[in-house]
Amino acid sequence: MSTDVAPERTGTATSPRGGEAPARRRGRRLLGAQPLGILFSAPYVAFVLLVFAYPVIFAVWMSFQDYFFAAPGAVVDRPFVGFDNYAAVLSDPAVWRAFGNVGIFLVINVPLTVALSMLLATALDRVVRARTFFRVSYYVPYVTASVAVVAVWLFLFSKEGLVNNALGPLAPDPSWLVNSALAMPTIAFFVTWKGLGFYILLYLAALQNVPRELYESVSVDGGGRIRQFFSVTVPSVRPATLLVVLLSTITGANLFTEPYLLTGGGGPNGASTSPVLLIYQKGIEQQNPDQAAAIGVILMVFVLIIAALQRRFVGGEER
Amino acid sequence: MRRALGSKIALYIVLALGALAFLFPFYYMVVGSLQTDVDSSLAGAFPHPGNLTVENYVAINGRINLLQGLVNSGIFTGGVILGTIVFGVLAGYALAVLHWRGRGFTFGLALLVQVVPFQLLMIPLYVMIARDYGLSDSYLGMILPFFINSTAVVIFRQYFLQLPPELFAAARIDGAGEFRLLWNVALPLVRPALLTAVLLTFIGPWNEFLWPFLITKDASMQPLAVSLANFISNIAASTANPFGAMMAGAVVLAAPAVLLFVLFQRYFTSNDLGSGVKG
Repeated sequence: MSTDVAPERTGTATSPRGGEAPARRRGRRLLGAQPLGILFSAPYVAFVLLVFAYPVIFAVWMSFQDYFFAAPGAVVDRPFVGFDNYAAVLSDPAVWRAFGNVGIFLVINVPLTVALSMLLATALDRVVRARTFFRVSYYVPYVTASVAVVAVWLFLFSKEGLVNNALGPLAPDPSWLVNSALAMPTIAFFVTWKGLGFYILLYLAALQNVPRELYESVSVDGGGRIRQFFSVTVPSVRPATLLVVLLSTITGANLFTEPYLLTGGGGPNGASTSPVLLIYQKGIEQQNPDQAAAIGVILMVFVLIIAALQRRFVGGEER
Repeated sequence: MRRALGSKIALYIVLALGALAFLFPFYYMVVGSLQTDVDSSLAGAFPHPGNLTVENYVAINGRINLLQGLVNSGIFTGGVILGTIVFGVLAGYALAVLHWRGRGFTFGLALLVQVVPFQLLMIPLYVMIARDYGLSDSYLGMILPFFINSTAVVIFRQYFLQLPPELFAAARIDGAGEFRLLWNVALPLVRPALLTAVLLTFIGPWNEFLWPFLITKDASMQPLAVSLANFISNIAASTANPFGAMMAGAVVLAAPAVLLFVLFQRYFTSNDLGSGVKG
Protein backbone atom coordinates (compact mmCIF):
# COMPACT_ATOMS: atom_id res chain seq x y z
CA MET A 1 0.00 0.00 0.00
CA SER A 2 3.00 2.17 -0.09
CA THR A 3 2.18 3.55 -3.48
CA ASP A 4 -0.55 3.74 -6.02
CA VAL A 5 -1.05 1.36 -8.86
CA ALA A 6 0.99 1.31 -11.97
CA PRO A 7 -0.65 2.78 -15.06
CA GLU A 8 -3.43 0.63 -16.41
CA ARG A 9 -4.78 0.36 -19.87
CA THR A 10 -6.98 3.24 -20.78
CA GLY A 11 -10.64 2.47 -20.69
CA THR A 12 -10.30 -0.30 -18.15
CA ALA A 13 -8.90 1.78 -15.38
CA THR A 14 -9.78 0.61 -11.94
CA SER A 15 -8.54 2.74 -9.12
CA PRO A 16 -7.20 0.95 -6.08
CA ARG A 17 -10.02 2.48 -4.15
CA GLY A 18 -12.58 0.32 -5.83
CA GLY A 19 -14.01 2.54 -8.56
CA GLU A 20 -15.35 0.88 -11.67
CA ALA A 21 -14.38 1.52 -15.22
CA PRO A 22 -16.65 3.83 -17.11
CA ALA A 23 -16.26 1.76 -20.25
CA ARG A 24 -18.25 -1.37 -21.01
CA ARG A 25 -21.00 -0.28 -18.69
CA ARG A 26 -23.64 -1.75 -21.00
CA GLY A 27 -22.30 -5.27 -20.66
CA ARG A 28 -21.99 -4.93 -16.96
CA ARG A 29 -24.65 -6.40 -14.76
CA LEU A 30 -24.32 -7.34 -11.19
CA LEU A 31 -20.99 -9.07 -11.41
CA GLY A 32 -19.17 -7.14 -14.11
CA ALA A 33 -18.43 -8.05 -17.70
CA GLN A 34 -16.40 -11.16 -16.88
CA PRO A 35 -17.71 -12.75 -13.69
CA LEU A 36 -15.13 -15.51 -14.17
CA GLY A 37 -12.70 -13.08 -12.53
CA ILE A 38 -14.58 -13.56 -9.26
CA LEU A 39 -14.07 -17.31 -9.54
CA PHE A 40 -10.39 -16.93 -10.44
CA SER A 41 -9.61 -14.72 -7.49
CA ALA A 42 -11.91 -16.46 -5.01
CA PRO A 43 -9.19 -18.77 -3.58
CA TYR A 44 -6.91 -15.82 -2.96
CA VAL A 45 -9.64 -13.70 -1.38
CA ALA A 46 -10.67 -16.63 0.83
CA PHE A 47 -7.04 -17.07 1.86
CA VAL A 48 -6.66 -13.40 2.78
CA LEU A 49 -9.86 -13.44 4.79
CA LEU A 50 -8.85 -16.60 6.64
CA VAL A 51 -5.21 -15.90 7.53
CA PHE A 52 -5.22 -12.13 7.47
CA ALA A 53 -8.54 -10.37 8.03
CA TYR A 54 -9.96 -12.83 10.54
CA PRO A 55 -6.77 -12.99 12.67
CA VAL A 56 -6.60 -9.18 12.77
CA ILE A 57 -10.18 -9.01 14.08
CA PHE A 58 -9.50 -11.92 16.42
CA ALA A 59 -6.38 -10.20 17.78
CA VAL A 60 -8.26 -6.97 18.48
CA TRP A 61 -11.10 -8.90 20.14
CA MET A 62 -8.66 -10.98 22.20
CA SER A 63 -6.87 -7.87 23.44
CA PHE A 64 -10.12 -6.69 25.09
CA GLN A 65 -10.86 -10.02 26.77
CA ASP A 66 -9.43 -11.90 29.69
CA TYR A 67 -8.30 -14.53 27.21
CA PHE A 68 -6.37 -17.64 28.19
CA PHE A 69 -5.57 -20.96 26.58
CA ALA A 70 -8.01 -23.73 27.33
CA ALA A 71 -8.37 -27.25 26.09
CA PRO A 72 -9.94 -27.28 22.61
CA GLY A 73 -13.72 -27.51 22.87
CA ALA A 74 -13.81 -26.61 26.55
CA VAL A 75 -16.43 -24.00 27.38
CA VAL A 76 -14.78 -21.30 29.46
CA ASP A 77 -15.79 -17.83 30.48
CA ARG A 78 -13.61 -15.16 28.91
CA PRO A 79 -15.01 -11.87 30.16
CA PHE A 80 -14.67 -8.54 28.39
CA VAL A 81 -12.17 -6.48 30.35
CA GLY A 82 -12.00 -3.26 28.36
CA PHE A 83 -8.57 -1.71 28.30
CA ASP A 84 -7.15 -3.81 31.15
CA ASN A 85 -4.71 -5.66 28.91
CA TYR A 86 -3.52 -2.40 27.41
CA ALA A 87 -3.11 -0.88 30.86
CA ALA A 88 -1.12 -3.93 31.99
CA VAL A 89 1.06 -3.82 28.90
CA LEU A 90 1.68 -0.08 28.99
CA SER A 91 2.63 -0.13 32.66
CA ASP A 92 5.25 -2.80 31.99
CA PRO A 93 8.73 -1.27 31.66
CA ALA A 94 9.81 -4.22 29.50
CA VAL A 95 7.30 -3.15 26.85
CA TRP A 96 8.61 0.41 26.81
CA ARG A 97 12.10 -0.92 26.62
CA ALA A 98 11.21 -3.13 23.66
CA PHE A 99 9.66 -0.21 21.77
CA GLY A 100 12.66 1.94 22.69
CA ASN A 101 14.87 -0.76 21.24
CA VAL A 102 12.98 -0.53 17.95
CA GLY A 103 13.73 3.21 18.11
CA ILE A 104 17.46 2.52 18.60
CA PHE A 105 17.30 0.03 15.77
CA LEU A 106 15.65 2.51 13.38
CA VAL A 107 18.00 5.36 14.23
CA ILE A 108 20.94 3.18 13.19
CA ASN A 109 19.36 1.05 10.48
CA VAL A 110 17.47 3.61 8.39
CA PRO A 111 20.20 6.20 7.71
CA LEU A 112 22.80 3.48 7.13
CA THR A 113 20.54 1.55 4.79
CA VAL A 114 19.58 4.60 2.76
CA ALA A 115 23.12 5.97 2.50
CA LEU A 116 24.90 2.69 1.73
CA SER A 117 22.33 1.28 -0.66
CA MET A 118 22.09 4.54 -2.59
CA LEU A 119 25.87 4.79 -2.79
CA LEU A 120 26.41 1.20 -3.91
CA ALA A 121 23.49 1.29 -6.36
CA THR A 122 24.82 4.48 -7.96
CA ALA A 123 28.30 2.98 -8.24
CA LEU A 124 26.87 -0.23 -9.68
CA ASP A 125 24.81 1.76 -12.17
CA ARG A 126 27.94 3.43 -13.52
CA VAL A 127 30.17 0.45 -14.17
CA VAL A 128 30.00 -2.04 -17.00
CA ARG A 129 32.43 -4.77 -16.05
CA ALA A 130 31.67 -7.40 -13.39
CA ARG A 131 28.20 -5.96 -12.79
CA THR A 132 26.60 -9.35 -12.38
CA PHE A 133 29.22 -10.48 -9.91
CA PHE A 134 28.69 -7.39 -7.75
CA ARG A 135 24.91 -7.56 -7.98
CA VAL A 136 24.81 -11.21 -6.98
CA SER A 137 27.33 -10.81 -4.16
CA TYR A 138 25.23 -7.98 -2.74
CA TYR A 139 22.01 -9.92 -2.56
CA VAL A 140 23.48 -13.19 -1.30
CA PRO A 141 22.95 -12.20 2.37
CA TYR A 142 19.38 -11.15 1.58
CA VAL A 143 18.42 -14.54 0.15
CA THR A 144 20.10 -16.53 2.92
CA ALA A 145 18.19 -17.64 6.00
CA SER A 146 18.69 -15.38 9.01
CA VAL A 147 19.39 -18.44 11.12
CA ALA A 148 22.37 -19.38 8.94
CA VAL A 149 23.99 -15.95 8.90
CA VAL A 150 23.24 -15.43 12.59
CA ALA A 151 25.45 -18.45 13.22
CA VAL A 152 28.38 -16.81 11.44
CA TRP A 153 27.88 -13.52 13.22
CA LEU A 154 27.82 -15.32 16.54
CA PHE A 155 31.15 -16.82 15.55
CA LEU A 156 32.59 -13.51 14.30
CA PHE A 157 31.39 -11.44 17.25
CA SER A 158 31.88 -13.91 20.06
CA LYS A 159 34.16 -12.99 22.93
CA GLU A 160 37.13 -14.77 21.38
CA GLY A 161 35.91 -14.20 17.83
CA LEU A 162 37.68 -12.87 14.78
CA VAL A 163 36.36 -9.33 15.19
CA ASN A 164 37.68 -8.99 18.73
CA ASN A 165 40.98 -10.58 17.71
CA ALA A 166 41.30 -8.07 14.90
CA LEU A 167 40.53 -5.19 17.24
CA GLY A 168 42.95 -6.46 19.87
CA PRO A 169 42.98 -4.06 22.82
CA LEU A 170 40.12 -2.05 21.29
CA ALA A 171 37.66 -4.92 21.64
CA PRO A 172 34.65 -3.95 23.78
CA ASP A 173 34.28 -5.50 27.21
CA PRO A 174 31.78 -7.10 27.81
CA SER A 175 31.76 -8.37 24.24
CA TRP A 176 29.33 -7.13 21.55
CA LEU A 177 26.34 -9.36 22.06
CA VAL A 178 26.40 -9.49 25.86
CA ASN A 179 27.04 -5.78 26.32
CA SER A 180 23.85 -3.94 27.18
CA ALA A 181 24.94 -0.80 25.34
CA LEU A 182 26.09 -2.65 22.22
CA ALA A 183 23.65 -5.55 21.85
CA MET A 184 20.94 -3.60 20.01
CA PRO A 185 23.34 -1.63 17.78
CA THR A 186 25.04 -4.91 16.81
CA ILE A 187 21.65 -6.32 15.84
CA ALA A 188 20.92 -3.16 13.85
CA PHE A 189 24.23 -3.54 11.98
CA PHE A 190 23.49 -7.18 11.32
CA VAL A 191 20.03 -6.47 9.89
CA THR A 192 21.38 -3.57 7.81
CA TRP A 193 24.07 -5.80 6.34
CA LYS A 194 21.63 -8.60 5.63
CA GLY A 195 18.95 -6.55 3.91
CA LEU A 196 21.11 -4.09 2.01
CA GLY A 197 21.17 -6.12 -1.22
CA PHE A 198 17.41 -5.89 -1.56
CA TYR A 199 17.46 -2.11 -1.18
CA ILE A 200 20.34 -1.80 -3.63
CA LEU A 201 18.16 -3.56 -6.20
CA LEU A 202 15.29 -1.17 -5.40
CA TYR A 203 17.51 1.85 -5.96
CA LEU A 204 18.90 0.34 -9.15
CA ALA A 205 15.36 0.11 -10.47
CA ALA A 206 14.71 3.71 -9.46
CA LEU A 207 17.93 4.91 -11.11
CA GLN A 208 16.78 3.53 -14.47
CA ASN A 209 14.07 6.19 -14.46
CA VAL A 210 16.34 9.19 -13.92
CA PRO A 211 16.55 11.15 -17.18
CA ARG A 212 20.14 11.30 -18.43
CA GLU A 213 19.67 14.91 -19.57
CA LEU A 214 19.57 16.00 -15.95
CA TYR A 215 23.08 14.68 -15.38
CA GLU A 216 24.25 16.32 -18.57
CA SER A 217 22.83 19.69 -17.62
CA VAL A 218 24.66 19.56 -14.31
CA SER A 219 27.95 18.71 -15.97
CA VAL A 220 27.42 21.48 -18.54
CA ASP A 221 27.15 23.82 -15.57
CA GLY A 222 30.53 22.52 -14.49
CA GLY A 223 29.30 20.20 -11.72
CA GLY A 224 31.32 17.09 -11.00
CA ARG A 225 30.23 13.59 -10.08
CA ILE A 226 29.60 14.48 -6.46
CA ARG A 227 27.44 17.46 -7.39
CA GLN A 228 25.51 15.27 -9.82
CA PHE A 229 24.88 12.73 -7.10
CA PHE A 230 23.52 15.25 -4.62
CA SER A 231 21.58 17.50 -6.97
CA VAL A 232 20.21 14.90 -9.39
CA THR A 233 20.37 11.35 -8.04
CA VAL A 234 19.25 11.95 -4.47
CA PRO A 235 16.15 14.02 -5.31
CA SER A 236 15.21 11.78 -8.26
CA VAL A 237 15.07 8.61 -6.20
CA ARG A 238 13.12 10.19 -3.36
CA PRO A 239 10.09 7.91 -3.79
CA ALA A 240 12.36 4.90 -3.53
CA THR A 241 13.95 6.38 -0.42
CA LEU A 242 10.57 6.78 1.23
CA LEU A 243 9.74 3.20 0.34
CA VAL A 244 13.03 2.07 1.87
CA VAL A 245 12.19 3.96 5.06
CA LEU A 246 8.77 2.29 5.20
CA LEU A 247 10.14 -1.20 4.61
CA SER A 248 12.91 -0.68 7.17
CA THR A 249 10.30 0.39 9.71
CA ILE A 250 8.29 -2.75 9.04
CA THR A 251 11.49 -4.79 9.42
CA GLY A 252 12.24 -3.06 12.70
CA ALA A 253 8.72 -3.73 13.97
CA ASN A 254 9.16 -7.38 13.02
CA LEU A 255 12.47 -8.17 14.70
CA PHE A 256 12.44 -11.55 16.32
CA THR A 257 14.99 -14.02 15.02
CA GLU A 258 17.99 -11.73 15.56
CA PRO A 259 17.37 -10.73 19.20
CA TYR A 260 16.26 -14.27 20.01
CA LEU A 261 19.29 -16.01 18.56
CA LEU A 262 22.06 -13.40 18.47
CA THR A 263 21.59 -12.17 22.02
CA GLY A 264 20.18 -15.29 23.64
CA GLY A 265 16.55 -14.18 23.97
CA GLY A 266 16.74 -10.44 24.49
CA GLY A 267 20.22 -9.65 25.73
CA PRO A 268 21.33 -8.58 29.21
CA ASN A 269 18.28 -7.23 31.12
CA GLY A 270 16.22 -7.01 27.97
CA ALA A 271 18.73 -4.69 26.30
CA SER A 272 17.81 -6.10 22.91
CA THR A 273 14.26 -7.32 23.46
CA SER A 274 11.94 -6.56 20.58
CA PRO A 275 8.15 -6.25 20.71
CA VAL A 276 7.67 -9.48 18.73
CA LEU A 277 10.00 -11.29 21.12
CA LEU A 278 7.83 -9.99 23.98
CA ILE A 279 4.71 -11.17 22.18
CA TYR A 280 6.29 -14.61 22.00
CA GLN A 281 7.41 -14.59 25.62
CA LYS A 282 4.13 -13.26 27.03
CA GLY A 283 1.79 -15.09 24.71
CA ILE A 284 3.36 -18.50 24.34
CA GLU A 285 5.85 -18.92 27.17
CA GLN A 286 3.88 -17.17 29.93
CA GLN A 287 0.44 -18.08 28.52
CA ASN A 288 -0.93 -14.53 28.42
CA PRO A 289 -2.19 -14.36 24.85
CA ASP A 290 -4.48 -11.43 25.62
CA GLN A 291 -1.58 -9.16 26.64
CA ALA A 292 0.47 -10.42 23.74
CA ALA A 293 -2.40 -9.52 21.40
CA ALA A 294 -2.53 -6.04 22.92
CA ILE A 295 1.19 -5.53 22.14
CA GLY A 296 0.50 -6.80 18.63
CA VAL A 297 -2.34 -4.33 18.12
CA ILE A 298 -0.23 -1.41 19.38
CA LEU A 299 2.54 -2.45 17.02
CA MET A 300 0.14 -2.79 14.10
CA VAL A 301 -1.30 0.67 14.68
CA PHE A 302 2.24 2.02 14.82
CA VAL A 303 3.17 0.44 11.47
CA LEU A 304 -0.07 1.54 9.80
CA ILE A 305 0.46 5.14 10.96
CA ILE A 306 3.94 5.11 9.43
CA ALA A 307 2.54 3.61 6.23
CA ALA A 308 -0.23 6.21 6.07
CA LEU A 309 2.23 9.06 6.64
CA GLN A 310 4.44 7.68 3.93
CA ARG A 311 1.52 7.40 1.52
CA ARG A 312 0.53 10.91 2.32
CA PHE A 313 3.99 12.32 1.60
CA VAL A 314 4.65 10.34 -1.53
CA GLY A 315 1.16 10.48 -2.91
CA GLY A 316 1.13 9.16 -6.46
CA GLU A 317 3.71 6.94 -7.91
CA GLU A 318 6.09 7.59 -10.76
CA ARG A 319 6.81 4.78 -13.12
CA MET B 1 40.64 11.18 -19.65
CA ARG B 2 42.80 10.80 -16.60
CA ARG B 3 40.06 12.09 -14.37
CA ALA B 4 37.61 9.60 -15.87
CA LEU B 5 40.01 6.75 -15.22
CA GLY B 6 40.53 7.90 -11.64
CA SER B 7 36.82 7.96 -10.88
CA LYS B 8 36.37 4.55 -12.52
CA ILE B 9 38.99 3.10 -10.22
CA ALA B 10 37.32 4.75 -7.23
CA LEU B 11 33.98 3.23 -8.25
CA TYR B 12 35.47 -0.24 -8.47
CA ILE B 13 37.18 0.15 -5.12
CA VAL B 14 33.86 1.09 -3.49
CA LEU B 15 32.10 -1.83 -5.17
CA ALA B 16 34.84 -4.30 -4.26
CA LEU B 17 34.79 -3.21 -0.62
CA GLY B 18 31.05 -3.77 -0.64
CA ALA B 19 31.43 -7.23 -2.16
CA LEU B 20 34.07 -8.12 0.43
CA ALA B 21 31.79 -7.04 3.28
CA PHE B 22 28.92 -9.13 1.90
CA LEU B 23 30.84 -12.22 0.94
CA PHE B 24 33.40 -12.57 3.71
CA PRO B 25 30.96 -13.99 6.32
CA PHE B 26 29.96 -16.66 3.81
CA TYR B 27 33.56 -17.54 3.12
CA TYR B 28 34.17 -17.63 6.85
CA MET B 29 31.15 -19.88 7.32
CA VAL B 30 32.66 -22.46 4.96
CA VAL B 31 36.14 -22.16 6.47
CA GLY B 32 34.78 -22.46 10.01
CA SER B 33 32.75 -25.51 9.08
CA LEU B 34 35.88 -27.31 7.90
CA GLN B 35 38.17 -26.59 10.86
CA THR B 36 39.09 -29.39 13.21
CA ASP B 37 39.81 -26.95 16.02
CA VAL B 38 38.27 -23.52 16.15
CA ASP B 39 40.86 -20.98 15.17
CA SER B 40 39.39 -17.52 15.43
CA SER B 41 42.71 -15.72 15.14
CA LEU B 42 43.36 -13.65 12.03
CA ALA B 43 45.44 -16.47 10.59
CA GLY B 44 42.52 -18.82 11.12
CA ALA B 45 40.60 -17.07 8.36
CA PHE B 46 42.98 -18.75 5.93
CA PRO B 47 42.59 -22.49 6.22
CA HIS B 48 45.67 -24.62 6.39
CA PRO B 49 45.49 -28.24 5.28
CA GLY B 50 46.44 -29.81 8.60
CA ASN B 51 43.34 -28.35 10.30
CA LEU B 52 40.72 -29.43 7.76
CA THR B 53 38.02 -31.99 8.38
CA VAL B 54 34.42 -32.89 7.54
CA GLU B 55 33.95 -33.98 11.15
CA ASN B 56 31.73 -30.97 11.92
CA TYR B 57 29.17 -32.06 9.34
CA VAL B 58 29.08 -35.49 10.95
CA ALA B 59 28.79 -33.88 14.40
CA ILE B 60 25.84 -31.63 13.52
CA ASN B 61 24.15 -34.47 11.70
CA GLY B 62 24.40 -36.52 14.89
CA ARG B 63 22.50 -33.84 16.80
CA ILE B 64 19.94 -32.74 14.24
CA ASN B 65 18.91 -34.86 11.30
CA LEU B 66 20.09 -32.68 8.42
CA LEU B 67 18.42 -34.71 5.71
CA GLN B 68 15.08 -34.78 7.53
CA GLY B 69 15.38 -31.03 8.07
CA LEU B 70 16.07 -30.44 4.39
CA VAL B 71 13.10 -32.63 3.43
CA ASN B 72 10.80 -30.75 5.83
CA SER B 73 12.02 -27.39 4.54
CA GLY B 74 11.52 -28.69 1.00
CA ILE B 75 7.92 -29.81 1.60
CA PHE B 76 7.07 -26.57 3.41
CA THR B 77 8.63 -24.48 0.62
CA GLY B 78 7.18 -26.63 -2.17
CA GLY B 79 3.66 -26.31 -0.78
CA VAL B 80 3.94 -22.53 -0.57
CA ILE B 81 5.34 -22.27 -4.11
CA LEU B 82 2.59 -24.51 -5.48
CA GLY B 83 -0.19 -22.50 -3.86
CA THR B 84 1.37 -19.21 -4.87
CA ILE B 85 1.91 -20.17 -8.50
CA VAL B 86 -1.50 -21.79 -9.07
CA PHE B 87 -3.78 -19.45 -7.13
CA GLY B 88 -1.52 -16.41 -7.43
CA VAL B 89 -1.52 -16.65 -11.23
CA LEU B 90 -5.30 -17.03 -11.29
CA ALA B 91 -5.78 -14.00 -9.05
CA GLY B 92 -3.14 -11.93 -10.88
CA TYR B 93 -4.75 -12.73 -14.22
CA ALA B 94 -8.22 -11.84 -12.94
CA LEU B 95 -6.90 -8.54 -11.59
CA ALA B 96 -5.11 -7.60 -14.79
CA VAL B 97 -7.25 -8.89 -17.64
CA LEU B 98 -10.81 -9.53 -16.50
CA HIS B 99 -13.49 -7.07 -15.45
CA TRP B 100 -15.57 -8.04 -12.50
CA ARG B 101 -17.18 -6.49 -9.48
CA GLY B 102 -14.82 -6.21 -6.56
CA ARG B 103 -11.65 -6.12 -8.61
CA GLY B 104 -10.41 -2.85 -7.16
CA PHE B 105 -11.23 -3.99 -3.66
CA THR B 106 -9.32 -7.24 -4.15
CA PHE B 107 -6.29 -5.41 -5.46
CA GLY B 108 -6.40 -3.04 -2.49
CA LEU B 109 -6.48 -6.09 -0.25
CA ALA B 110 -3.39 -7.53 -1.94
CA LEU B 111 -1.51 -4.30 -1.31
CA LEU B 112 -2.71 -4.01 2.28
CA VAL B 113 -1.62 -7.54 3.16
CA GLN B 114 1.94 -6.62 2.28
CA VAL B 115 2.02 -3.75 4.74
CA VAL B 116 0.74 -5.53 7.81
CA PRO B 117 3.58 -7.71 9.04
CA PHE B 118 2.86 -11.36 9.52
CA GLN B 119 4.48 -11.41 12.94
CA LEU B 120 1.70 -9.26 14.35
CA LEU B 121 -0.79 -11.98 13.56
CA MET B 122 1.31 -14.57 15.30
CA ILE B 123 -0.82 -15.03 18.41
CA PRO B 124 -4.26 -15.26 16.77
CA LEU B 125 -2.88 -17.51 14.02
CA TYR B 126 -1.24 -19.69 16.65
CA VAL B 127 -4.53 -20.01 18.54
CA MET B 128 -6.43 -20.75 15.33
CA ILE B 129 -4.06 -23.16 13.66
CA ALA B 130 -2.31 -24.89 16.52
CA ARG B 131 -5.11 -24.97 19.09
CA ASP B 132 -8.46 -24.78 17.29
CA TYR B 133 -7.60 -26.78 14.17
CA GLY B 134 -5.01 -29.01 15.85
CA LEU B 135 -2.52 -28.53 13.03
CA SER B 136 0.69 -28.23 15.05
CA ASP B 137 3.48 -30.56 13.91
CA SER B 138 1.93 -30.84 10.46
CA TYR B 139 3.04 -29.59 7.05
CA LEU B 140 -0.42 -28.15 6.47
CA GLY B 141 -0.15 -25.97 9.58
CA MET B 142 3.25 -24.72 8.46
CA ILE B 143 2.12 -23.94 4.93
CA LEU B 144 -1.30 -22.42 5.63
CA PRO B 145 -0.33 -18.85 6.63
CA PHE B 146 2.00 -18.54 3.62
CA PHE B 147 -0.06 -20.51 1.11
CA ILE B 148 -0.52 -17.64 -1.37
CA ASN B 149 2.13 -14.95 -1.45
CA SER B 150 0.50 -11.54 -1.98
CA THR B 151 3.66 -9.99 -3.38
CA ALA B 152 3.59 -12.64 -6.10
CA VAL B 153 -0.06 -11.82 -6.88
CA VAL B 154 0.91 -8.18 -7.44
CA ILE B 155 3.88 -9.20 -9.61
CA PHE B 156 1.72 -11.50 -11.76
CA ARG B 157 -0.85 -8.76 -12.23
CA GLN B 158 1.93 -6.42 -13.30
CA TYR B 159 3.18 -8.87 -15.93
CA PHE B 160 -0.26 -9.67 -17.31
CA LEU B 161 -0.93 -5.92 -17.57
CA GLN B 162 2.07 -5.56 -19.85
CA LEU B 163 0.61 -7.93 -22.44
CA PRO B 164 -1.07 -6.11 -25.34
CA PRO B 165 -4.87 -6.10 -24.93
CA GLU B 166 -5.33 -6.67 -28.69
CA LEU B 167 -3.98 -10.15 -28.13
CA PHE B 168 -6.86 -11.06 -25.86
CA ALA B 169 -9.42 -9.32 -28.03
CA ALA B 170 -8.25 -11.26 -31.09
CA ALA B 171 -8.31 -14.58 -29.28
CA ARG B 172 -11.78 -13.86 -27.89
CA ILE B 173 -13.08 -13.09 -31.37
CA ASP B 174 -11.67 -16.45 -32.43
CA GLY B 175 -13.89 -17.93 -29.76
CA ALA B 176 -11.30 -18.90 -27.17
CA GLY B 177 -12.61 -19.30 -23.63
CA GLU B 178 -10.97 -17.54 -20.67
CA PHE B 179 -9.25 -20.69 -19.47
CA ARG B 180 -7.74 -21.29 -22.90
CA LEU B 181 -6.69 -17.65 -23.09
CA LEU B 182 -4.88 -17.93 -19.79
CA TRP B 183 -3.29 -21.29 -20.56
CA ASN B 184 -2.38 -20.85 -24.24
CA VAL B 185 -1.92 -17.11 -24.65
CA ALA B 186 -1.05 -15.40 -21.39
CA LEU B 187 1.00 -17.98 -19.50
CA PRO B 188 3.55 -18.78 -22.23
CA LEU B 189 4.25 -15.05 -22.52
CA VAL B 190 4.99 -14.54 -18.84
CA ARG B 191 7.20 -17.57 -18.32
CA PRO B 192 10.18 -15.52 -17.04
CA ALA B 193 7.88 -13.90 -14.50
CA LEU B 194 6.89 -17.31 -13.23
CA LEU B 195 10.52 -18.17 -12.58
CA THR B 196 11.11 -14.87 -10.81
CA ALA B 197 8.07 -15.53 -8.65
CA VAL B 198 9.26 -19.03 -7.82
CA LEU B 199 12.64 -17.60 -6.74
CA LEU B 200 11.08 -14.84 -4.67
CA THR B 201 8.58 -17.19 -3.10
CA PHE B 202 11.28 -19.72 -2.29
CA ILE B 203 13.14 -17.47 0.15
CA GLY B 204 10.11 -16.87 2.34
CA PRO B 205 9.33 -20.36 3.62
CA TRP B 206 12.87 -21.74 3.20
CA ASN B 207 14.24 -19.08 5.55
CA GLU B 208 11.19 -18.66 7.78
CA PHE B 209 11.94 -19.26 11.42
CA LEU B 210 9.29 -17.84 13.72
CA TRP B 211 6.16 -19.60 12.48
CA PRO B 212 7.47 -23.16 12.14
CA PHE B 213 9.32 -22.60 15.43
CA LEU B 214 5.97 -21.90 17.10
CA ILE B 215 4.04 -24.82 15.72
CA THR B 216 6.58 -27.63 15.46
CA LYS B 217 7.60 -29.20 18.72
CA ASP B 218 8.35 -32.59 17.20
CA ALA B 219 11.99 -32.60 16.00
CA SER B 220 11.22 -34.89 13.06
CA MET B 221 8.80 -32.29 11.65
CA GLN B 222 11.01 -29.23 12.00
CA PRO B 223 12.34 -27.41 8.96
CA LEU B 224 16.11 -27.06 8.97
CA ALA B 225 16.02 -23.38 9.99
CA VAL B 226 14.17 -24.33 13.17
CA SER B 227 16.30 -27.33 14.11
CA LEU B 228 19.50 -25.37 13.47
CA ALA B 229 18.22 -22.47 15.60
CA ASN B 230 17.36 -24.87 18.43
CA PHE B 231 20.83 -26.34 18.11
CA ILE B 232 22.38 -22.86 18.35
CA SER B 233 20.37 -21.80 21.38
CA ASN B 234 20.29 -25.05 23.35
CA ILE B 235 22.60 -27.83 22.30
CA ALA B 236 25.65 -26.24 20.70
CA ALA B 237 27.50 -25.77 23.97
CA SER B 238 27.60 -29.52 24.57
CA THR B 239 29.41 -30.29 21.30
CA ALA B 240 33.16 -30.73 21.05
CA ASN B 241 33.53 -27.99 18.44
CA PRO B 242 30.31 -25.95 18.80
CA PHE B 243 31.16 -23.23 16.29
CA GLY B 244 32.37 -25.75 13.74
CA ALA B 245 29.12 -27.70 14.01
CA MET B 246 27.08 -24.48 13.84
CA MET B 247 28.92 -23.35 10.70
CA ALA B 248 28.39 -26.77 9.11
CA GLY B 249 24.66 -26.55 9.74
CA ALA B 250 24.61 -22.98 8.43
CA VAL B 251 26.35 -24.06 5.20
CA VAL B 252 23.75 -26.79 4.62
CA LEU B 253 20.87 -24.36 5.27
CA ALA B 254 22.32 -21.53 3.18
CA ALA B 255 23.57 -23.54 0.20
CA PRO B 256 20.26 -24.30 -1.59
CA ALA B 257 19.09 -20.68 -1.57
CA VAL B 258 22.47 -19.25 -2.55
CA LEU B 259 22.92 -21.79 -5.37
CA LEU B 260 19.43 -21.12 -6.73
CA PHE B 261 20.00 -17.39 -6.84
CA VAL B 262 23.45 -17.65 -8.36
CA LEU B 263 22.25 -20.07 -11.06
CA PHE B 264 19.11 -18.11 -11.91
CA GLN B 265 20.48 -14.64 -11.22
CA ARG B 266 19.24 -13.26 -14.54
CA TYR B 267 15.67 -13.89 -13.43
CA PHE B 268 16.20 -11.82 -10.34
CA THR B 269 16.82 -8.26 -11.43
CA SER B 270 15.91 -4.91 -10.02
CA ASN B 271 12.96 -4.41 -12.36
CA ASP B 272 11.00 -7.38 -11.09
CA LEU B 273 11.58 -6.34 -7.54
CA GLY B 274 10.50 -2.81 -8.28
CA SER B 275 7.18 -3.99 -9.60
CA GLY B 276 6.84 -6.40 -6.74
CA VAL B 277 7.14 -3.92 -3.94
CA LYS B 278 5.66 -0.93 -5.68
CA GLY B 279 2.52 -2.59 -6.91
